[in-house]
Amino acid sequence: MSSDYRRIIKDGIWDNNIVFAQTLALCPLLAVTGTASNGLGMGLASTAVMIASGLLISLLRNLITPQVRIPVFVLIIAVLVTLTDMFLNAWLHDLHKVLGLFIPLIVTNCAILGRAESFASRNHALPALLDGLMMGLGFTLALVILGASRELLGSGTLFANAALLLGSWARFLELVLIPDYKGFLLIILPPGGFIVLGCLLAGKRLIDRAVAARRRRALEAIDTPAGEAAR
Amino acid sequence: MAGKRILYPALLLGGFSTLATVLLVAGNLVTRDAIQERQREDLLVSLRQVVPESHYSNDLLADPLQLPGPDGTPVTIYRGTRDGQVSALAYPISSQGYAGEIRLILGLDATGKILGVRVLTHAETPGLGDGIEVAKSDWILDFNGLSLGDPPPEQWKVKKDGGRFDAFSGATITPRAVVKAIENGLVFYRQQKTRLLDPPLSKGLPVVRVEGATHE
Repeated sequence: MSSDYRRIIKDGIWDNNIVFAQTLALCPLLAVTGTASNGLGMGLASTAVMIASGLLISLLRNLITPQVRIPVFVLIIAVLVTLTDMFLNAWLHDLHKVLGLFIPLIVTNCAILGRAESFASRNHALPALLDGLMMGLGFTLALVILGASRELLGSGTLFANAALLLGSWARFLELVLIPDYKGFLLIILPPGGFIVLGCLLAGKRLIDRAVAARRRRALEAIDTPAGEAAR
Repeated sequence: MAGKRILYPALLLGGFSTLATVLLVAGNLVTRDAIQERQREDLLVSLRQVVPESHYSNDLLADPLQLPGPDGTPVTIYRGTRDGQVSALAYPISSQGYAGEIRLILGLDATGKILGVRVLTHAETPGLGDGIEVAKSDWILDFNGLSLGDPPPEQWKVKKDGGRFDAFSGATITPRAVVKAIENGLVFYRQQKTRLLDPPLSKGLPVVRVEGATHE
């Protein structure tokens, strides 16, 4: 059982990462990753919705018949997003001013429906909840890495306006890494998102290949006499 | 048999839709007042940026005036008063920028002099056109203290067009649009001056209330 959970964690963060492995959710990804702070905000909001939708759908999975499952999932996700939007606007208004733009964009995240369909509707509540959390964190990781790269290359800062998102304690995160930087507009504009994303995807492949090669070498080492003893 | 197979999914989908509607209506009811209150606060914050509090002594949001704007759509004007006289005005203005509409709010004193202008929303290019935001540059503050005759009408342009105002390098369309919006806003003041400066307590709300009462 615990190895199942380890699998879910590893899938969400790395092996089956929404962005880096499944290349899903590119619409919200490219739209908001001008800065690392925006990426973080969008990532956390999406994570919250993924956890809630994963849990709800897994609890209701025996009730929902296959014929109408997709409209029901869409309905559940849309209601969750809309309610989140209303509650944030009413009671966490400062956060809503920063995230407000992104919240309706969460429904364009096909990965949420994807996880509902491929995981939550086939598993118990606890794994579904964990899957939502881990997929959400993996997505957040991708958003922050992409946002940070674009922000650094495009405007020479890191986590600008983090205090608006997280409160004034986060001011230490706001760094100007390249003073007097004139800015590299291409990276900030949408094409820059595609370019940086391409580089990151290539980077993930390179890492995976290096890891696989090392594992193969290790296996070969086991097959030689020293490995016989280990068996 | 076939009827039963289709009945359950249909009821299920109908049930979920009803439930979703109920939840959304409930959410709306619970949050509506709070959201309206937050929007009032936001509006007040932007009004205070363009009309310093020393210029009025009333509640700016209490008695807004509606007048037909230059293009026919109604403009809501928030008026500050002191000693029963209109002492400050603030109203939204807009024009077409490089990427969609730029919406601003313009604050004037009773003589039509600009107290402040701020951009409310825009979709201009980051790094090029967004210098119109006060958070990005002081450009928008240059308008403070100006009015329709100062500088003269032919100078109400960006420098590139022979006027008085700076443009950003690489972005002329954005500042040009802002200058145009402000100029139009000042022309609106000149055209509607008498109605704008009419003390709010002599007309408006009380009259409307009496009419409403007679209809009922």
